[in-house]
Amino acid sequence: MAKNNIHIEVNHVTRVEGHGNIVVDAKDGQIEKVQWQVPEAPRFFEAMVVGRDYSELAVITSRICGICSIGHTLASLKATEAALGIGISETTRSLRELLLHGETLQSHILHIGYLVVPDLLRVNSVFSLAETHKDLLLAVTKVHRLANELCDIIGGRTTHPIRARVGRFSKLPEKKELEELKSRLKDILPDLQKIAETIKALADNFPAFERETEYLSLTQAGEYAFYGGDCITNDIAETIPVNRYREIVNEYVVPQSTAKFGKFNRDSFMVGALARYNNNFRQLTSLSTQAAEMLGLKGISYNPFMNNIAQVVECVFAVEKSMEHIDRLLDMELALEADKIEVKAGSGVGAVEVPRGILFHEYEYDDRGVCIKANCVIPTNLNHNNIQLDFEKMAPEFMELGPDELRFYLEMLVRAYDPCISCSTH
Amino acid sequence: MSSKPKVAFFDFACCEGCQLQVANLEEEILVLAQMVDVVEFREVMTGAAPAYDIAFIEGSITRRADENRLKDIRNRSKLLVAYGQCAVSGGINKLKNRRPGMDEVKKEVYGDSAGMPHLDTYPTKAIDEIVAVDFYIPGCPVNREEFLWVVKELLLGKTPRLPNYPVCVNCKLQENACLFDFSIICLGPLARAGCGAVCPANGVACCACRGTVDNPNKNAMHEILLKYNYTVEEIKKKFDIFAVDPEVQSGKK
Ligand code: SF4
Ligand code: SF4
Ligand code: SF4
Repeated sequence: MAKNNIHIEVNHVTRVEGHGNIVVDAKDGQIEKVQWQVPEAPRFFEAMVVGRDYSELAVITSRICGICSIGHTLASLKATEAALGIGISETTRSLRELLLHGETLQSHILHIGYLVVPDLLRVNSVFSLAETHKDLLLAVTKVHRLANELCDIIGGRTTHPIRARVGRFSKLPEKKELEELKSRLKDILPDLQKIAETIKALADNFPAFERETEYLSLTQAGEYAFYGGDCITNDIAETIPVNRYREIVNEYVVPQSTAKFGKFNRDSFMVGALARYNNNFRQLTSLSTQAAEMLGLKGISYNPFMNNIAQVVECVFAVEKSMEHIDRLLDMELALEADKIEVKAGSGVGAVEVPRGILFHEYEYDDRGVCIKANCVIPTNLNHNNIQLDFEKMAPEFMELGPDELRFYLEMLVRAYDPCISCSTH
Repeated sequence: MSSKPKVAFFDFACCEGCQLQVANLEEEILVLAQMVDVVEFREVMTGAAPAYDIAFIEGSITRRADENRLKDIRNRSKLLVAYGQCAVSGGINKLKNRRPGMDEVKKEVYGDSAGMPHLDTYPTKAIDEIVAVDFYIPGCPVNREEFLWVVKELLLGKTPRLPNYPVCVNCKLQENACLFDFSIICLGPLARAGCGAVCPANGVACCACRGTVDNPNKNAMHEILLKYNYTVEEIKKKFDIFAVDPEVQSGKK
């Protein structure tokens, strides 16, 4: 076969969540087709929740995604609270933020340690690291385990949290548990340091590929945004409130994907750790800023592979912020709040930054508090288009490396986005 | 080549939260990895194998193309285990079947594009509606300790027996305040234990994510319904969340 004719077909990329395919066709050195396809079976959550009581919405939509079930729960609760006009206490807010940082840490470390490092070392799975990189693996499992335990202690379960309810938490952690959690969080900072150093030593294996795009995330005054804030991109001068999210996401259906695509000011946008970092890096805490510098991330980056690095940075941030929230909670009188909700007709939007980017839930309720309409916009949806356009730039640039290397780097690019495909095709 | 049992993990339509519970076993999964040969697990490794001693299936079936993939896996597996409620009963995914029809469902989500062929879907099916299942691990998500225990039992050639008593038993042992006394419908009296009654222990009603016990005590449930003034419909609607059929026969407001 002539070297300039290439046919690549990856039927279900491995080491990503959900099902995605890569197709490349080239003839005489010319790329004829390059495509990121999403054949995942949709589950139709927006239809499932119609007819259900407001109190069940988060229970159901949490099941959109196992890895970011906390993010879905929180976006769902915020949307319901916005629709029903319910406020939350300082305690509830702090517990929610703590829970969200726990999930970010859990998800990022799983992605970096189990899914990305094998690429950097060119091995097929994390299992082979048990022999070659035992220390690294132990550090990763230690951080991952603690992140899960945080979610357990605050949410009542590691996946699909139980205690986070509309307007309140149904059970509160003991102060003793919080104190112990804090000291263990402090304890894993050296482990994170070790992980960051290992990644740094391997970071040259990330290709020097760049494509500037629109970066979309939440932003707020005073703090690197995860739980609250308005929408921002590098292409707009003023923030847009989350309840106008439809103006931004502009979802549409394409034949190559069961997940919807989206775009705003350019042909595509990117969401996730790198988008958050690019928009808000000045608000990082001291240790996370140091981590970023150590890892060579200094200000805005147009290299999508740096999303992996931004995730490492956010792990450090999540640990620091979690300790801050624990301090705040320890200073509070922790008292269980009563479940007193008055239902009324209304609609509302909730948004949070989940590990893979900005997430929106929108619900409409009738006067009995029964859901009559729902819409969920998942971060991976918002990235699909950007992956496609990265492919289109990358394929010709990397073609001379030969089909095997091209295939390897395209897969590696997909993994850099940490896509949650079953979630995007919810 | 190793003579260890060849184990593979597959997922269909679901949130993949159950395989995450496997990953959450952390070091224990490495212990497990020494007892078996994990030959296929797309989420965590690159690789494939022609046949399996045990295939673990997560998720439900929602379109014809996936039926063939599932049948093919069945043909190449000695033992097939459905793990997680999506696989066991169809789980949360069957809420879709409660809607008027698939056309409405598709319209609700994809609007004017609903007719595109790649968006085709049919009413959600559990794994055993397509192929024979040798063993079930219920829950949404599965309890990871229970998962590990089941795997060990299967590896020893035993038939693991799931707890066959209601969540209430577990809940009462923990001396939790009963949620019915706070006007909250709880499915604990019929639901299958094995989760440590984790929901009521955290102040939230059980919605039977692990299905019911083998012979649910309908009379007991009936008495509770009468005592607290709930209808069968209200209870059944709760059971719908995880696609459980409780067969509560009577009771009224
Ligand atoms: S049973 Fe629940 S946790 Fe498991 S895959 Fe299905 S929705 Fe996710
Ligand atoms: S709270 Fe639920 S599980 Fe607990 S005793 Fe009452 S009915 Fe049973
Ligand atoms: S208490 Fe009920 S809903 Fe909760 S995990 Fe147990 S069986 Fe599932």
